[in-house]
Amino acid sequence: MDAFISVERVSKRFPTRAGAIVPALDSVSLEIHADEFLTIVGPSGCGKSTLLKLIGGLLAPTAGVIRVRGRPLDGPSPDVGMVFQSPVLLPWRTVLDNILFPIEILGRSRAEYRTEAERLIALVGLAGFERSVPRELSGGMQQRVSICRALIHDPPLLLMDEPFGALDAMTREEMGMELLRVWSERRKTVVFVTHSIAEAILLADRVAVMTPRPGRIVEVLPIDLPRPRSIKMEFSGEFQKYAEAIRAAIAPSREAT
Amino acid sequence: MSPAGEPRWAWAREYGLPALVIVGLVGLWELGCRGARIPVWLLPAPSAIVQETWKWADRIPTHAGVTLYETLGGFAMSVLVGVPIAVGIVYSPLLRRVVYPLIVVLNSIPKIALAPLFLIWIGHGLVTNVLVATIVAFLPMVVNTATGLESVEPDLLQLTRSLRAGTLQVFWKVRLPWALPHIFSGMKVAMSLAVIGAVVGEFVGSDKGLGYLIIVASSNLNTAVVFGVMAALSILGVAVFWAVVVAERLVCPWYIQPGADRP
Repeated sequence: MDAFISVERVSKRFPTRAGAIVPALDSVSLEIHADEFLTIVGPSGCGKSTLLKLIGGLLAPTAGVIRVRGRPLDGPSPDVGMVFQSPVLLPWRTVLDNILFPIEILGRSRAEYRTEAERLIALVGLAGFERSVPRELSGGMQQRVSICRALIHDPPLLLMDEPFGALDAMTREEMGMELLRVWSERRKTVVFVTHSIAEAILLADRVAVMTPRPGRIVEVLPIDLPRPRSIKMEFSGEFQKYAEAIRAAIAPSREAT
Repeated sequence: MSPAGEPRWAWAREYGLPALVIVGLVGLWELGCRGARIPVWLLPAPSAIVQETWKWADRIPTHAGVTLYETLGGFAMSVLVGVPIAVGIVYSPLLRRVVYPLIVVLNSIPKIALAPLFLIWIGHGLVTNVLVATIVAFLPMVVNTATGLESVEPDLLQLTRSLRAGTLQVFWKVRLPWALPHIFSGMKVAMSLAVIGAVVGEFVGSDKGLGYLIIVASSNLNTAVVFGVMAALSILGVAVFWAVVVAERLVCPWYIQPGADRP
């Protein structure tokens, strides 16, 4: 498989206010294949969000290089769709207008993308809510809208930063399955950051396991569960084995600190 | 809807009771003044206020018009000056360093003390009073607008960055609408302060306006009319305040006041 994105010995350090320097990422290397679903899992503070922002071009690495299709990344690109932990919709815009927001920013024609917006709305089960405003929707519904917004301009890469972290456990599982359904219809490379081991396994083709201080990738685990995935798979022995492997990869560094 | 069920009773409890309390207090005031024979120049009874003010009734509307004009003028100026200053502060660190200390200093001066200065520089009249109202009202416009423009969720700004949005796009499509509720709460404060500023201007030197009427009436020891004009002034104040509230509901219907019921 060809590397769509390759992260090559990337480090990121942040200066603190006190003048000290915090190493957030230390010599991280990772290959991301085209159209794969990669999850990055790790405890909070392990730099997984930082890594995601670096891949999105929102931050520049202190050392190392990130290549997209072989070319070094030098900033944000509209080839990326972003979903954050909170939906951050524009409260004065309807569902439809929120989804078309990137189209306006990119200076493309709203009319051309209207049908696609309506298709996406139907795909995430929000048909009939096109004219609703965000405050009329539940948290899960708002996050569905923000996923549509990330997909509207059909970017090849979707970056998701703990997108279901603020939802309750049941909605969270439901949303995960729904995301997989959307992904099966709109094939993209997905990089999905989470601190839930179960979520990481259930969604992924491969799981990258990170540990903190400094942030490192300690293991990349291919997940050979069949697709389509279902929530029931969480109870299979195979799933448990993956979960144990991930815990074991995180644990040694935990005991050290 | 109240848990009592019957909408009529709910309505009565919401509006009837406060109204009853107010009527009761006015009744007590009337009885107290008559019973204790308080001199009318010291504390006039409500009936005396109505009677005396009625005699001045033909003069009140024109003077109220002047005060209204000064208030709205000062309010409009404070918006026109305050919002651009806030935008400048938010977008330019240099401007922030220069302007913020000035604002803090200006804020620490009782702005009412500036009124005599304007009188010296410009002379008495409408323009002076509009300026006094402006200087009293514009600070909350600056502070609230700046706060609003900076309150945009960081993730939303990340999203605009990832789409490589231009500064103007972000301003018009994200920051300004996001700040609108803050701008409106600034406007509510500014409007209330503009009334005060206009009246202070009239106190210091003017021959028109409700503030001027109060000065005239009090120098004649016509306390009843002072009360009557104050009542007119508070009606004016409430009216202009509600104009802002109504405008807010029209401009940002999507915004829910903190504490208001969610649908």
